[in-house]
Amino acid sequence: MSLIPSDCRECPPGSVEPEGVDRRDFVKKMAAACAAGVPVVLGVVGVPGVNGQTVDGERYDPTMHYYGMGVDPAKCIGCGRCVNACKTENDVPRTEGAFNTWVERYVIRNDGEVIVDSPDGGMEGFPELADEAGIRKSFFVPKLCNHCANPPCVQVCPVGATFITQDGVVLVDDDYCIGCRYCIQACPYGARWFKEEKRVAAKCTFCYHRIVKGLVPACVEACPTQARIFGEVEGRATPLARFIRFNEIDVLKPALNTRPKVYYANLDGEVR
Amino acid sequence: MVQQVPRLAIVFTIAVAILLGARQLLIPPTFGEDGHYRAAAVDSIAAHPIKYAGRQACELCHAEQAEVRLAGNHRGVGCETCHGPAAPHVQGPLDVKPVIPDTREFCVTCHSYNASRPTGFPQIEPARHNFPRPCKDCHDPHAPVPPVTPGECSACHAQIARQKSLSHHAELSCAVCHEAPDTHKDAPRSVRPTKPQTRALCGTCHAAGIEEGPPQIDLESHGVPYMCWDCHYPHFPETR
Ligand code: HEC
Ligand code: HEC
Ligand code: HEC
Ligand code: HEC
Ligand code: HEC
Ligand code: HEC
Ligand code: HEC
Ligand code: HEC
Repeated sequence: MSLIPSDCRECPPGSVEPEGVDRRDFVKKMAAACAAGVPVVLGVVGVPGVNGQTVDGERYDPTMHYYGMGVDPAKCIGCGRCVNACKTENDVPRTEGAFNTWVERYVIRNDGEVIVDSPDGGMEGFPELADEAGIRKSFFVPKLCNHCANPPCVQVCPVGATFITQDGVVLVDDDYCIGCRYCIQACPYGARWFKEEKRVAAKCTFCYHRIVKGLVPACVEACPTQARIFGEVEGRATPLARFIRFNEIDVLKPALNTRPKVYYANLDGEVR
Repeated sequence: MVQQVPRLAIVFTIAVAILLGARQLLIPPTFGEDGHYRAAAVDSIAAHPIKYAGRQACELCHAEQAEVRLAGNHRGVGCETCHGPAAPHVQGPLDVKPVIPDTREFCVTCHSYNASRPTGFPQIEPARHNFPRPCKDCHDPHAPVPPVTPGECSACHAQIARQKSLSHHAELSCAVCHEAPDTHKDAPRSVRPTKPQTRALCGTCHAAGIEEGPPQIDLESHGVPYMCWDCHYPHFPETR
């Protein structure tokens, strides 16, 4: 199955989002931005200077980026450092069901039965397997919001409180969200949860506040085995593009046509 | 002109004005600037504070640890994966200290044996692997290496080595009790190492009167006339 066109252009024509349609469009936009003499973002900045300064002091331009994540389950050791780091970085409550990212363990028994567990989202690791002899194989699969290019959650939001940014990240405007939970229902990946404290929907932001400053998401920073690769989907010379090129790539539930931007390498057929 | 037209026009104008007014009131500022959302939301999300400074930040001041780490087996493990979120420490190095995870439990989150882990990832059985000594006694956390090549006796006597590593005698090398000629490894059945023959051998450590150290017994009376190992398995001595 080819999910990524061979030339690695991700966002296909007719996408709901105006940005990154193809290279020509992209170049045009860049030219327009330069001609105007100001980055496009300037127009949107409410408070000057808030919109991310990168570490080296340059202003962040969302139209220059289009993000995705690669996940290599074969490298995941199920230590849960990513889940832990995510909760800390994003003030995710340590309560049941509140996970921006979590790790699942798949156990495929000799008789073909598939068992999936994720105690506490894998945050504190996983217990040893009881009956090793009866198991054909077992592995870990990190999960998170797929930041779909065609996200059902965004489509169902009645007020426009969840959206795709110009750089391809699906966010929730939690000052505007009315807490109706349609999006939580609509997400086929179970990636959204309800933040009781503010009574709004919440989800993975790819650590938007970090990436605009040139840092990688907290889960990527914490992963000891480089099972997660974050970066630009477009272009050839980026770590993510290379990862996508050099591995057999799958996305979760491709039949739903959500067009996820979280790419799994050599994914076992049992993983959903 | 028909009389109704101006009246309708007025009503219509008012309706439109109300509509526009309501729209102005209800639609938040910056909505729709970049798409069907509040553009300002992106900025407020982007302004969240950072907790993990990122490994590059540490290198500025901790060049030594960074260098050691990059040369070792933990090169892929970020500083803050072990030391916890340290952005406040980067802001004020002397005011905030990151945690130092020097417990066995911490290393074990990644290294305990688990069949679901990828084969080849270095794993240990925490209860057996040099329990209860802290890992850092033998492995540098910033550049861990197995300190010696796998034990020369345990290659063949794995069962005994493993049992011993769990026991009160974990610290004793085989050589304390056995003299094994090198040729034993080539011809193990014909060249036999020595085995303890006297109670005195055990007495060198356990006889009453020795200062400090292991639990003591009275060599003259304890368990006579048997050999010590008739009652205590030497590789896993128990007292019950
Ligand atoms: C601005 C310089 C600076 C940066 C950047 C910095 N540190 Fe430090 N760090 C220090 C200084 C100075 C000390 C010594 C404090 C002392 O001994 O009183 C220290 C001490 C430590 C200690 C030992 C604490 C203790 O209790 O002995 C750890 C662990 C540590 N830093 C980790 C980190 C990590 C991880 C990062 C990256 C996120 C980092 N540091 C970034 C300056 C820095
Ligand atoms: C695998 C976990 C791990 C990683 C990764 C790690 N450390 Fe440590 N670090 C430790 C432990 C454990 C100690 C305590 C060592 C001791 O007490 O002897 C320590 C001690 C320190 C200290 C105190 C001084 C010293 O050397 O004992 C500093 C400073 C420090 N680490 C900085 C860093 C920096 C900077 C990085 C990233 C380049 C880093 N550490 C990566 C586990 C780690
Ligand atoms: C967050 C996960 C993580 C933690 C915590 C961690 N390690 Fe590691 N460790 C790794 C990774 C990843 C490797 C590299 C494995 C490889 O090369 O495939 C490694 C390698 C090692 C090795 C080398 C094994 C070999 O045969 O090459 C030793 C020894 C080791 N770690 C000891 C420790 C000790 C001691 C601690 C506690 C201070 C510790 N580790 C904490 C992830 C971790
Ligand atoms: C008394 C010293 C000592 C202590 C304490 C110790 N180790 Fe080791 N470790 C060794 C030696 C020796 C080896 C290599 C021989 C072997 O495999 O048993 C080793 C090997 C390892 C390996 C590599 C295993 C492999 O299959 O490649 C890992 C991982 C490891 N230790 C982690 C730990 C952790 C984690 C701790 C703390 C819970 C710890 N060690 C405590 C001495 C020690
Ligand atoms: C090449 C594999 C090998 C290595 C390495 C090895 N042994 Fe042996 N050892 C054997 C075999 C085989 C026997 C015979 C077992 C039997 O007869 O049941 C044996 C027997 C013994 C015996 C019992 C002798 C007896 O008379 O019952 C002792 C004690 C012993 N080894 C100690 C050691 C020590 C100490 C070392 C490390 C210096 C060591 N061995 C390394 C293979 C090995
Ligand atoms: C505290 C002293 C002591 C230490 C340390 C020790 N042994 Fe022994 N070992 C003995 C004694 C005593 C016997 C004899 C038991 C008997 O005759 O029943 C013995 C017997 C053996 C035997 C014969 C088979 C058996 O189980 O009786 C082998 C093999 C052996 N030891 C290997 C080792 C190896 C390998 C090590 C290091 C990993 C080791 N020993 C460490 C005291 C020790
Ligand atoms: C080189 C010194 C040394 C020799 C020789 C030695 N031991 Fe020990 N033994 C120790 C130490 C040290 C401990 C206790 C370690 C601890 O506190 O956990 C110990 C613990 C014990 C215990 C457990 C005590 C308890 O509290 O449960 C028994 C039993 C024992 N030894 C029997 C023997 C026998 C039998 C021999 C002879 C085959 C022997 N030892 C030879 C050092 C020695
Ligand atoms: C007849 C069986 C027997 C023989 C032989 C024997 N022991 Fe014991 N040993 C015991 C028993 C039972 C205990 C536990 C009850 C006690 O403390 O008296 C014990 C306890 C011990 C303890 C722990 C004492 C403490 O205070 O915790 C040590 C050390 C010990 N023995 C060493 C030896 C040594 C060394 C020899 C050989 C000189 C030896 N034993 C011979 C049966 C025996």
